[in-house]
Amino acid sequence: MQTFDNAASGAIVLAMAERIIENRAYLSEIDGKIGDGDHGVNMAKGFGMAADRLRDANVSLAQSMDTLGTLLMSEIGGSMGPLYGVMFTEFAEVLEGAETIDAARYSKMLHAGLAGIQAIGSAKVGDKTLLDTLVPAIDAFDAALAQGKSFSDALGLLVAAAEAGRDSTINLVAKIGRASRLGDRSLGVLDAGATSCAIILKELSVGASGHLKATG
Amino acid sequence: MQRFINDPDLVVEDTVKGFVKAHADIVRLGDNPRVIIARDTPIAGKVGVVTGGGSGHEPAFIGYAGKNMLDAVAVGELFSSPTAKSFYDAIKASHAGKGVVVLYGNYAGDNMNVKMATKLAAKDGIDVLTVVANDDVCSAPPEEREKRRGVAGEIFMWKVGGAKAATGASLEEVRATAQKAIDNCRSIGVGLGPCTLPAVGHPNFQIEAGTMEVGIGHHGEPGVRVEPLKTADAVAKDMVKIVLDDHNLPEGTEVAVLVSGLGATPLNELYILHDTIESEIAARGLKIAKTWIGNYFTSLEMVGATLTVMALDDDLKTLLDVETRCTMVL
Repeated sequence: MQTFDNAASGAIVLAMAERIIENRAYLSEIDGKIGDGDHGVNMAKGFGMAADRLRDANVSLAQSMDTLGTLLMSEIGGSMGPLYGVMFTEFAEVLEGAETIDAARYSKMLHAGLAGIQAIGSAKVGDKTLLDTLVPAIDAFDAALAQGKSFSDALGLLVAAAEAGRDSTINLVAKIGRASRLGDRSLGVLDAGATSCAIILKELSVGASGHLKATG
Repeated sequence: MQRFINDPDLVVEDTVKGFVKAHADIVRLGDNPRVIIARDTPIAGKVGVVTGGGSGHEPAFIGYAGKNMLDAVAVGELFSSPTAKSFYDAIKASHAGKGVVVLYGNYAGDNMNVKMATKLAAKDGIDVLTVVANDDVCSAPPEEREKRRGVAGEIFMWKVGGAKAATGASLEEVRATAQKAIDNCRSIGVGLGPCTLPAVGHPNFQIEAGTMEVGIGHHGEPGVRVEPLKTADAVAKDMVKIVLDDHNLPEGTEVAVLVSGLGATPLNELYILHDTIESEIAARGLKIAKTWIGNYFTSLEMVGATLTVMALDDDLKTLLDVETRCTMVL
C-alpha cells in the first residue's frame, strides 16, 4: 500500500502558494473577461500571507492546510475567501492526527472539503464554478481506487479529471456569481475559480505523489 | 493609469486610515481595521444596523456610518466582499441587546460571508436578521427578482432602516421596514467608460468610444445592451422608462429620486440628466417628494450614472426626513 507522511508534507502547501502567486496575473485576466478581474490578486494575497507564515514553520500538511484555510476565511473576503477557506479547514480536519495518509483518507479529505463548500454555497456541477473542477476530480479518484488502481495512479487520474473539468467550463454558461449576470456572454471563457481549483488540486496531488512510499 | 495610490495592494488600508482621520467626530475604528463603527455605537435600546461591501464605491459603504443611519460597516477589498469575520465584528460592535439587522446587496460573496457571520453571532446569542437589496432592474428579469443585484437603492434601505431603528423599533420592525424600502426601489445604471482596479492595472471591461452600456452593474457587469451614445435627454428618457416600466406605479404615487455618478462623471452632467429625468417622471403622473443628486454610490472611476426611484408611503416619507449625521448627508 502507498501512503505519505503527514508531518513531512507541509511543504506541499508552500508549493501550492507559489503556483497561485505565479498565476496571479493569469487568474485575474481570465476573471476579468467575465468577472471583475480580481481573482488572481485576492488569491495571491491570501496564499502569499499563508506562505509567509508557513515558510519556516516546518509544520505538517494538516497544520499547513489549517493555517491556509483559517487565513483565507479571516483575511480574504469575496467568494473565494469563504469557499477555499472552508475547503482547506475541512481538508485539515480529516488529516489532523493521522501519521500517514493513505488513499482512503485522501478521498475522505476531498469529500469533506466538497461538503464544506456545498454547505455555504449553492452552486451545482455545470454552473461554471470551481465545482466543475472539484467534483469530477473526486469522482475520478474514487473510480480509480474502486478499480484497484494504486494511490499514485489515482492521483494522476484526479489531476487529469480536474484539468478536463476546468476546460469544460469554457463551454458552460455561468449560473452563479458575478459572471451569471452575463448569460450566454459567459460562454467561451474559462471560469477563474475552476482554474484556480485545478492548480490547487494539481499541486496537492503532484506533491502527495512525490511523497508516496510503499508501506506494509 | 494615473492614480493617487501608494501600493496597489494597500488601497483599502490607506483609504480607511484617511477616512477615520478625517471623520473622527462621526466614526471610529474598532479592533478590526476593516470595520468602521459610528462614534456612539452601540446605543442602548436600539437595534444595531450593519452593512458591508467591497471598497471602491465610496462614499458607499463607509460614508453612511453615523448617527441615525448605519452603526457599523464591514469593509472589503476593492469590489470584493468583506470577510465573514469583518461582518461578524461589525455585528458585535453594533449589538446593544436588541439584535442586529444586516442590510446588504445581493452578491454571491456577500451572501456567503453574511451567512457565516450570522452563524458566528448566533453562537454569541445575538439575534441577526438580514435584508438583501435587489434594486438593479437590468440584472435579471422581473420573474427572477431574487437574482437582481443591489445597487444605489441600498442607500435608501440604510436610511430608512437606520431611521426606523432610531425610533426604538424592534428587530423585526426594523427588518420589515428596510425590506419595504428596498422592495419599493428600482435602479438602472448607464456606463460610458470603464474602471480599473489598481492592482490589476488595466480596465477589466471596455466601452468603445462613441457607445454606452445600458444597464451596467456597479462592478462593470455588462448591461442589457450597448448602443451609440445618445444625448443626455435621450439617455435620461431611457433610464426613466426602464425603471418605471418595471416599477408599474399608480398615478399620483409620491417618489424619492436619487441620481448618482459612478465616479468620473462631472456633477453638472448629473444635473443635465436630472432635468429630463424630472420631467419624464412628472409626465407619468408621479410626484417627486425628495431628490438627491451627487456621487452617492460610485464604481472607482467609471464614467456613468445611476437612477434610483423609490415609491413612498407616509411611513417611508417620515423616515427619509429623519436627520442623520454621516459623512454623506442624506
